[in-house]
Amino acid sequence: MAHYDFNMPVTEEQIRKLRVNDTVTLNGTLYGIRDATYIHMFDRGRKVKFDMRGHAVIHTAPNVRWVGETQAAPSGYAPICIGTTTSARMERFTRPLMEQYGVRITIGKGGLGQGSLEAFRDLGGVYLAVVGGAAALETTWVEQIEDVDLDDLNPESLWKFRVKGFGPLLVSMDSHGGSLYTQVNRSARDKRAAALASLGVKI
Amino acid sequence: MKVDLNQVEEACRELYIRALKILPPDIKQGFERLDRSETDATGKAILGTMIKNIKVAEDMNNLLCQDTGIPIYTVVIGAGVDVDGYRLKQAVIKGCERATREHPLRSSVVHPVTRVNQHTSCGRAVPVINIDFTAQEETLSIEMIPKGSGSENNSWLKMAVPADGVDAIKTFVIDCVLDAGGKTCPPTIVGVGVGGTADLCVHLSKVAATRPLGSKCDDPEGAKLETELTQAVNQLGVGPQGLGGDSTAFAVHVETAATHITMNPVAVNMQCHSARRARATFTPAGLTYGF
Repeated sequence: MAHYDFNMPVTEEQIRKLRVNDTVTLNGTLYGIRDATYIHMFDRGRKVKFDMRGHAVIHTAPNVRWVGETQAAPSGYAPICIGTTTSARMERFTRPLMEQYGVRITIGKGGLGQGSLEAFRDLGGVYLAVVGGAAALETTWVEQIEDVDLDDLNPESLWKFRVKGFGPLLVSMDSHGGSLYTQVNRSARDKRAAALASLGVKI
Repeated sequence: MKVDLNQVEEACRELYIRALKILPPDIKQGFERLDRSETDATGKAILGTMIKNIKVAEDMNNLLCQDTGIPIYTVVIGAGVDVDGYRLKQAVIKGCERATREHPLRSSVVHPVTRVNQHTSCGRAVPVINIDFTAQEETLSIEMIPKGSGSENNSWLKMAVPADGVDAIKTFVIDCVLDAGGKTCPPTIVGVGVGGTADLCVHLSKVAATRPLGSKCDDPEGAKLETELTQAVNQLGVGPQGLGGDSTAFAVHVETAATHITMNPVAVNMQCHSARRARATFTPAGLTYGF
């Protein structure tokens, strides 16, 4: 269980070193993305202006305040509360995001499925778990909203955050086929019969 | 008692913001209880982060969670309260809309087909407004719940049949918790509706999921199921965020309703660990805020 500090972007080599139960803290650029952003990028073919190669995305749609473009708020938006949404809904976009945009890290909560795990293995990627619902704390790790694209989808725009000390985040899916979600799920299903027996249910 | 609708609008604005920022004391106590008993290192670390977040939100006057949810207002009108029902609903909607624009809050509400967001947290039939009546004299209370989507997306209804018995209810709850895994942001409050019609059963599951911790179903059969099921789901080891541990649910809550001779419906709705709610109570003495 090692800890890594990453200044974004990262290389495939850095990602391949990570194993489940390691922890990672990010610095620099982090992109915010979610349902509508993915749908417009991959189902409707919209192009984005950012070079996301080697970068990380987080499943989010933040609460923001429009303050007008200033040096402190180059995007015109000031963060209010930036947290994380459930990743499972966006399962089918992991591979195209990695193949077409070169993204290496997905940050979210609740985990992703088998397809994503295979994409991480084939292309060199990881999933980092942030504690869902701990958004007030997470917001303190975000220095600035630097830029935004596809903003007609607001709040589901493609956000470019500048982060400092974003973490520690738990490596919960790695590029070697490891997934804490699969492990926990399998172990929980193994306990199903005992739980039902404790309730007097006849199987 | 005559209710001032301007005050209702103001309260509904305030309630949305309060609910998003201050976790009720029973939930905070629930965290302390789980933190004491959690034996898994990852689970314990995650609970610690959640507890820290509650304090950061209060210290910085910020939202606990980014998800502003679907706004739900439950208005309970006591005996002897004089209020125009139609205008009351308009005041609730206006308050919700103003909270969103004036704070500002992320509007999480879109049209179901066009996906257009009006940026008001309002839309067709939203906010959800439930209205009920009570014998309590000269009292009007409004409870506000921002229902997050991580938990709401994991909602289930099973129209079991009488021959399946109570075993069907118990099995269904266990399987829903397994199915949800970490997607519902555990530790959760697992709300179970038992009986009624299909829609009433689902509604009861939501009432159960959003009831304060420590409260009990007032049907002894429901209360018995609560005790048994709370113990059983916490044997599964799903744990905080679905990453393993003892703390899968703060509690299982059950609400029951009479049902048809041919029916045995069961519904499950969950509330995430950010189990937010706020309450405003109007009496002749004035307006007070609580949980």
